[in-house]
Amino acid sequence: MSSQEIPEEGLPAEQDTAHGAVKVADDPFADPGLPAHKPRIQDIDERAAKRSERTVALMFTLSMLATVGFIASYVIFPVDKIVFIWPIGHVSALHFSLGLTLGAALFLIGAGAVHWARTLMSDVEVADDRHPIEATPEVKAKVLADFADGARESAIGRRKLIRNTMFGALALVPLSGVVLLRDLGPLPEEKLRKTLWAKGKQLVNMNTNQPLRPEDVTVGSLTFAMPEGLEEDAHDFQTQIAKAALMIVRIEPDDIKDKQSREWGHEGIVAFSKICTHVGCPISLYEQQTHHVLCPCHQSTFDLSDGARVIFGPAGHPLPQLRIGVNSEGNLEALGDFAEPVGPAFWERG
Amino acid sequence: MSTVTDTKRKAPAGERVADWADGRLGIYGLAKANMRKIFPDHWSFMLGEICLYSFIIIILTGVYLTLFFDPSMSEVVYHGSYEPMQGIQMSAAYASTLDISFDIRGGLLVRQIHHWAAVIFLAGMFVHMFRVFFTGAYRKPREINWLFGFLLFVLGMFTGFTGYSLPDDLLSGTGVRFTQGAILSMPIVGTYISMFMFGGEFPGTDIIPRFYSVHILLLPGIMLGLVVAHLILVFFHKHTQFAGPGKTNKNVVGMPLLPVYMAKAGGFFFLVFGFIAAIAAIATINPIWGIGPYRPDQVSTGAQPDWYMGFAEGFVRVMPGWEINLWGHTLVLGVLIPLVLFGVVLGALALYPFIESWITGDKREHHILDKPRNAPTRTALGVAWVTIYFVMLIGGGNDIWATHFHLSLNAISWFVRIAFFAGPVLAFIVTRRICLGLQRRDKEKVLHGRESGTIKRLPHGEFVEIHEPLGPEARYALTAHEQYEPLEVGPTVDENGVERKPSALQKLRARLSRSYYGEGNQIPKPTAEEYKEITSGHGHH
Repeated sequence: MSSQEIPEEGLPAEQDTAHGAVKVADDPFADPGLPAHKPRIQDIDERAAKRSERTVALMFTLSMLATVGFIASYVIFPVDKIVFIWPIGHVSALHFSLGLTLGAALFLIGAGAVHWARTLMSDVEVADDRHPIEATPEVKAKVLADFADGARESAIGRRKLIRNTMFGALALVPLSGVVLLRDLGPLPEEKLRKTLWAKGKQLVNMNTNQPLRPEDVTVGSLTFAMPEGLEEDAHDFQTQIAKAALMIVRIEPDDIKDKQSREWGHEGIVAFSKICTHVGCPISLYEQQTHHVLCPCHQSTFDLSDGARVIFGPAGHPLPQLRIGVNSEGNLEALGDFAEPVGPAFWERG
Repeated sequence: MSTVTDTKRKAPAGERVADWADGRLGIYGLAKANMRKIFPDHWSFMLGEICLYSFIIIILTGVYLTLFFDPSMSEVVYHGSYEPMQGIQMSAAYASTLDISFDIRGGLLVRQIHHWAAVIFLAGMFVHMFRVFFTGAYRKPREINWLFGFLLFVLGMFTGFTGYSLPDDLLSGTGVRFTQGAILSMPIVGTYISMFMFGGEFPGTDIIPRFYSVHILLLPGIMLGLVVAHLILVFFHKHTQFAGPGKTNKNVVGMPLLPVYMAKAGGFFFLVFGFIAAIAAIATINPIWGIGPYRPDQVSTGAQPDWYMGFAEGFVRVMPGWEINLWGHTLVLGVLIPLVLFGVVLGALALYPFIESWITGDKREHHILDKPRNAPTRTALGVAWVTIYFVMLIGGGNDIWATHFHLSLNAISWFVRIAFFAGPVLAFIVTRRICLGLQRRDKEKVLHGRESGTIKRLPHGEFVEIHEPLGPEARYALTAHEQYEPLEVGPTVDENGVERKPSALQKLRARLSRSYYGEGNQIPKPTAEEYKEITSGHGHH
């Protein structure tokens, strides 16, 4: 709806009648006009003006000295020299001196210029007229006529076939640009559903790089593991560990409230995805008495003794559990991949 | 030839250069309009300057950083001079950031100036934007410049985010992971956008180089264009000014660009730069060497984004973890709603000028600024918005609040959830009351004068305080603002007796207008009659 539908009765009747002599003489709220200029001390006392001049010149001179100091610091201080500066503490001598001298050199130029402007340059206020931004009706009429001439000469309105095919071509051509973006990345397919874990893969302790044995996992400790065969210097290590990171705890079997969770573990040892189901931070804080784990990013808290149920925070579903057992060598092994996608939820997750 | 040079004086070198340039660029024409352009003086008008100057500082230092930074995610083993990281595997991006910080002389200073300037740039834009908001400076003809400024603020946020993600340290990598998790929550397209953005699965090896080109080229390029357009419009529209004697909607009162503002504004650039350089020397920002290179399976506690992303973080942290699973699909409302609210809260800022001008129906140009108190509903809405922003900022730092003030996370979450709804309402009511109170005080001052602090004892023993009447200048400044009348829907029967039904939109508009300008929602200005009655009467009381 256009605003014209409602008469503009709410607007104040006139704007700017206050300007100049339009106002009736006895209006107590009339614009008295620009106040007279009040001279500063520098305007009337040449000695004060001289003082200001010296102040400004002093600041510019100090700035020069600070720049010399900057260059000297750059030359004098070795890059690894650490000094104690009270109350800041131990700082790099080079960084600290460069920063302060540069800061002083710049700041003093600014301070000098502003002091100059405030004390010595004219501070007489003057008024400039404003002009309406809108064009005058004549200009507008001329422009519209020019446009009509141009449009008529191009015959864009008459030769509709040209116009329509041109719009079509212009609308289609950006598609090429969109198509070119296709190879920014692969399609999602099943990538978010699969991790490196598979049946028979041993759990490797992230700290020792050795296969985990059940006796390594004690009650009250939180152990991190990765699948065997994943090396830290592998080219895709970051991408693989972003999905496969695993945390392992031992809970008294009777304390595990969720029956399936108990069965998927080994004698109370249970393994869960370390990647938070909220937005994917690695979970790293473990409360050993309650078997709660907390994600330090957004504080989602999961109860590992109850199938990693969410008990606090913005996560929407439990941490996926990895089904584990013990192989013939007595090491912990996976009995398959995670049954559901790890990490944050997504549209196709289901 | 010699006769010509004899009769014509030889112009000074500067003039000859200017003549040369004028013959090619027409600079005299430009200078005529701009060299002595008048700018009004008010402390709040320098807030935008802080933004401009910090933007320039960011570009200068950013160019320097590109000379040393290696935007690559290929893994290297660190052998630089920072002992604690010796022999640790990390991306080349992280290693080169360590080199900038520890091996290149002055590199740390430039990095710290760059980051401090970015933080100040965003803070400056925030405050500048609310100066413009609370004084109504966004009204016609400046709505488009408001949008340019808004875009600069939003693009500044994303430029900041892509910038602090580049070092590939543990903290920023966690932020990128969070972003990827948020993208995954988008229905239908989420997984595709994530794959295309990261060149495959998270984190892959493409995201840092891609963020790099976005951070140093795409976004700053757009922003530079917007900054130039923003400034051209400031010149074209001429600056707004507060009401005062001699100041009208048809003039601009102040001092000329040359020399006063050349010196003041030019000097202010050096003040800002010097100040930021000094902070960079004294206060460490983003010590990426502290917690090591990014690994998707590691994290530190107390992870926080830069301040301007904090309110988005707040939405994510306090939102209940709602997920809807239907027909084999998951709607991740727990993350999607925060993502949408992030856009809605920001978008409201962009739209506000258009909503207000629709309500007032005012099509005139406005160059005289409102005092915030004289637009109580607008001011209250602005404070309500800021309240939401800061409530969510508390939510975004809930762990910091919990550990520093020994509060329960649960209590903070519930406080933020409730305050998100109740806070803005409360802030609106309180602000509007304060504004109306201040309007009443202004009126009182105009009619009865200023309290002089002088107590007079009357002959019969009564003590009275003498009120000094205001001078004509103060009186004018306090009464120069305009007041709108609330719109009416109009008669329901037109002049021909035909029933006319106002549309729902018309009714809404009239209703909003009443809530802005209706009785009790603004204090009518003192009239000349009121003033004369009081002043011509029996003295002060």
